[in-house]
Amino acid sequence: MNLKLIFNIAKSLLLARWKQTLVAAIGVTFGITMFITLLSFMTGLNDLLDGLILNRTPHVRLFNDIKPNKNQPVNLDTNFASSYNFIQSVKSNNSRQEIYNSGAIMQAIENDDRVLGYAPKISAPVFFNDGSIDITGAMNGIDVLAETKLFFFNDYIVAGNAADLKNIANSIVLGVGLAENLLVSIGDVIQVTTAKGQQFSLKVVGFFQSGLLEYDKTQSYTSIGTAQKFLGKANYYITDIQVKLKDVTLAPAVAKEYNLKFQADAEDIQTANSQFETGSAIRNLIAYAVGITLLIVAGFGIYNILNMMIYEKMDTIAILKATGFSGNDVKLIFLVIAVSIGLFGGTLGLLFGFLLSSVIDQIPFNTAALPTITTYPINYNPMFYFIGVGFSFITTYMAGFFPSRKASKIDPVIIIRGK
Amino acid sequence: MSEIILTAKHISKKFHDPVTVKILDDISFNIKQGDFVSVVGKSGCGKSTLLYILSTMDTDYEGELLICNELVTGKKEKQLARIRNEKIGFVFQFHYLLNEFTVLKNVMLPALKLNKLPAEELEHKAMERLKILGIDQLAAKKANQLSGGEKQRVAIARALINDPLIIMGDEPTGNLDNKNTGIVFDIFKQLSAEFHQTLLIVTHDQSFAANTNRIIEMEDGRIIK
Repeated sequence: MNLKLIFNIAKSLLLARWKQTLVAAIGVTFGITMFITLLSFMTGLNDLLDGLILNRTPHVRLFNDIKPNKNQPVNLDTNFASSYNFIQSVKSNNSRQEIYNSGAIMQAIENDDRVLGYAPKISAPVFFNDGSIDITGAMNGIDVLAETKLFFFNDYIVAGNAADLKNIANSIVLGVGLAENLLVSIGDVIQVTTAKGQQFSLKVVGFFQSGLLEYDKTQSYTSIGTAQKFLGKANYYITDIQVKLKDVTLAPAVAKEYNLKFQADAEDIQTANSQFETGSAIRNLIAYAVGITLLIVAGFGIYNILNMMIYEKMDTIAILKATGFSGNDVKLIFLVIAVSIGLFGGTLGLLFGFLLSSVIDQIPFNTAALPTITTYPINYNPMFYFIGVGFSFITTYMAGFFPSRKASKIDPVIIIRGK
Repeated sequence: MSEIILTAKHISKKFHDPVTVKILDDISFNIKQGDFVSVVGKSGCGKSTLLYILSTMDTDYEGELLICNELVTGKKEKQLARIRNEKIGFVFQFHYLLNEFTVLKNVMLPALKLNKLPAEELEHKAMERLKILGIDQLAAKKANQLSGGEKQRVAIARALINDPLIIMGDEPTGNLDNKNTGIVFDIFKQLSAEFHQTLLIVTHDQSFAANTNRIIEMEDGRIIK
């Protein structure tokens, strides 16, 4: 097969009708441009929205849930071993919220290869005293460094400095909503009461804004040491261990394993936030569907133009066949035409897609809910570009396939005798 | 005795639409190397149909066709294309030049397809053919810039490029005025006399036919002379 000649003829036919060719190529370019832009923007937004929750959610969370005692007396009675027992007389009064033997557990987690890192946490319900009324809220004792490294705590601090939690004794960071309600600014001292009635004075060193309004109205952060002191507990007192894994898909398995190993409740991210994954998947699906539809429409454009070209070039096809080009050669010529329109249009589409998404990336996008975001989010995933080029190749090949098969079947005798 | 180039054995063809009509009826003849044959007959006598069967482009017939004593009937489309490329040159009533290409490229196209010689050599060969036909000064022009007579001469040059065993013509002068008909006929005559080129020309021009070595006259699908 003389491919060089085939390409040469295809090129001449293409250039002879360059305006038509250009229109066909622009169709593909437009399709690919929109495909790339749409997907980049959609997944960028998706990642942002998911990040809002998922970035701050540990992959596996270890804690002690308040539950009634498993060893209810009636279960211990051998007479009722085979019965269904619903009498529960021992209440969950004495169960402790702290994780037992937390130091050893953290050591074990630290040594686990699958783990990226962990952050201990203490959560406690508190009241913020505001004149004569008390605002119900929650206090989280955190390890600021680990929290910043794993859960991007720093990103959500809108005023003050997160590191001050560690450096200044008896300090607190308040949610912006809460701070507004309490009428405090940085440097002020607020009164906080524990559930057990002890009162403390804490210095406000910063505000944070998570993007979830309800959350910002009730939450506050202190260092672990402050929280332990505040609750009157010893320095091994920890209520949660938040684990971030290297591979998030392992979370359910790891959670199950830790549950057995450490005798603590373990919750994985997939169970805790299943609705987010569903939402992202559907949004992605829609973006892909729209993008692919655009490409298919472009494919029909190419199909039409090739069909027209074949009617126009009947004579050419007839003489090529008469002088010794086989049906296959003719088919190849038209396929080359179709695919080169596709690849040319597709490559331009990638370029324009990239440019358009860069432009969107520059558009200001300020929202109170997302303090760290200043422009529209764009996901520059090279995968989209590969899919775009691959798909433009496939659609144009399909669009070229039927017309070129038709061209290969043209009977030169009919054309030549028809003159 | 010169070699037999083309043999038709009992070739028949029927059209079935709308009623079955026998268009060719049991045609047998030979063409020898160096023959200058013309096929004449009234419109509708089947002379063009016969030519397209002999050219291997029409494969829907009964009987056998041999080119160089090799059976062609029943071969695959790709093999037939190869035979046309290598052994047969065509000149039609209409020139069928490709307007996208220059004259030179048009002439070279069948040889590029054959791909036996490098492109530079082919270019040289094509120029030679154009020179024989007296149109080498047009080589760089696009095909659609030529006059009717020039186009037909380019088509003849294209038919000659692969040194075919036989040149087949379907009314090659049908679209030309008297002057150009004369030129084209002289070219055929020259090819036959100087290069011993075998030619098979279908025509209804009696004066054209009268000047050839051998006339096959057809009527109602049969050879009558």
